[in-house]
Amino acid sequence: MSEVKGTGRVKRGMAEMLKGGVIMDVVNAEQAKIAEDAGAVAVMALERVPADIRAQGGVARMSDPDMIEKIQAAVSIPVMAKARIGHFVEAQVLQSLGVDYIDESEVLTPADYENHIDKWDFTVPFVCGATNLGEALRRINEGAAMIRSKGEAGTGDVSNAMQHMRKIGGEIRRLSSMREDELYVAAKELQAPFELVKEVAQAGKLPVVLFTAGGIATPADAALMMSMGADGVFIGSGIFKSGNPAQRAAACVKATTFWNDPKVVADASRGLGDAMVGINVADLPVPHRLADRGW
Amino acid sequence: MKVGVLALQGDVREHVSALAACGISPIEVKRPEELSEVDALVLPGGESTTISQLCEIFGLFEPIKARISGGMPTYGSCAGMILLADEILDAKEGQKTFGGLDITVRRNAFGRQVDSFETDIDFADGSDELIRAVFIRAPWVEKTGSEIQVLAAVDAHPVAVRSQTLLATSFHPELTGDHRIHRYFIEQVAKPALEKVK
Repeated sequence: MSEVKGTGRVKRGMAEMLKGGVIMDVVNAEQAKIAEDAGAVAVMALERVPADIRAQGGVARMSDPDMIEKIQAAVSIPVMAKARIGHFVEAQVLQSLGVDYIDESEVLTPADYENHIDKWDFTVPFVCGATNLGEALRRINEGAAMIRSKGEAGTGDVSNAMQHMRKIGGEIRRLSSMREDELYVAAKELQAPFELVKEVAQAGKLPVVLFTAGGIATPADAALMMSMGADGVFIGSGIFKSGNPAQRAAACVKATTFWNDPKVVADASRGLGDAMVGINVADLPVPHRLADRGW
Repeated sequence: MKVGVLALQGDVREHVSALAACGISPIEVKRPEELSEVDALVLPGGESTTISQLCEIFGLFEPIKARISGGMPTYGSCAGMILLADEILDAKEGQKTFGGLDITVRRNAFGRQVDSFETDIDFADGSDELIRAVFIRAPWVEKTGSEIQVLAAVDAHPVAVRSQTLLATSFHPELTGDHRIHRYFIEQVAKPALEKVK
């Protein structure tokens, strides 16, 4: 019996287990425990949530290994961590720490403005952001085992997440309605490999799990994303930048599970205190928009 | 036979299609009313802590526990195995399980995701053919009671076990497109158990 690690099935399968769940950004062990107690399926360990990265500016990098290890020690659910786009050494470091998933993330400052990480090279699986289907398929072609729509991180404004989910969903539906001989041109237009385009056209969905991220701040936001076809939700600043993180975290978990039951979403939305203050994406100067990072 | 898949979180869709391939039209169980409609239940892979918490919040925990101890045939993969175990090790503080299987299960026993693997295993359903098994942050069985039958093991750790009415695997047969384990659950566990009740 030979055991094989890091196969596509093992990497993509891990994301299948997270479906219907909420993955929460945490900056220390205490927050990680609150997230686990609230029913998070995983936590994303990082030094600053996107809202703080946005407010403080400067170069945002991989987190301190000590801090990641403290979070790993504090919880029994999977721990994810972020590496900069194209920074394969940060990814190697995170793999050596035994993180369960790496997010090659536009929330951090990119290390390479041309190439993403060759993710086939790793045993640990990767999740990558995408704003449209072509971008998602390029990441999958590089070895991403999970995709999240990008949204606009650290804003609490769900409009970009909505736009990206509609775009990805719409492009998939368009492929599904095409004749097979039209897929060659579709692949050219999407700037994605033909084989992946064909696979999506036939299956009517991505070959990997699709979560959504960027700007989700309330239970209703989470339910909205699920009803747009997301398999699950990342919540970054939305929880620990709000008035009552434990209660809001639990409420978002409930709304993600019962996204199609407005009564449950209503109950989950009651008495949560202040949501994160938020920034309208439209007010953000273009160079400060994180979703434009990655290509 | 009406089979349900607990659908609060996890790889519900994969279990639904594996059961469909065995000629069953399963329903998704999210509420106590839906539970009362089913004769048998599948507990999917996912996060066991999340699933048991959601069960408690939405009033499913005690009903499922009662049905299982009342003899409802149930199959759990990975997180589902943890939920069926009478005792768990390396659990989150205060983590509860439905129990019913007289086993002690260690969570994430094979390690973190970087240690997740696939391999061929010998499954004791009478066939000589090996089964491709996918282990993801998988648990293993550390102790089994006298009534428990071990159906497969990896490095001497039981990874598939059954009792009269319950079946549990550390791995995820729902991910491979090989439906032998689901068929085994329907034909060899659920049907005989339900016959007996009649």
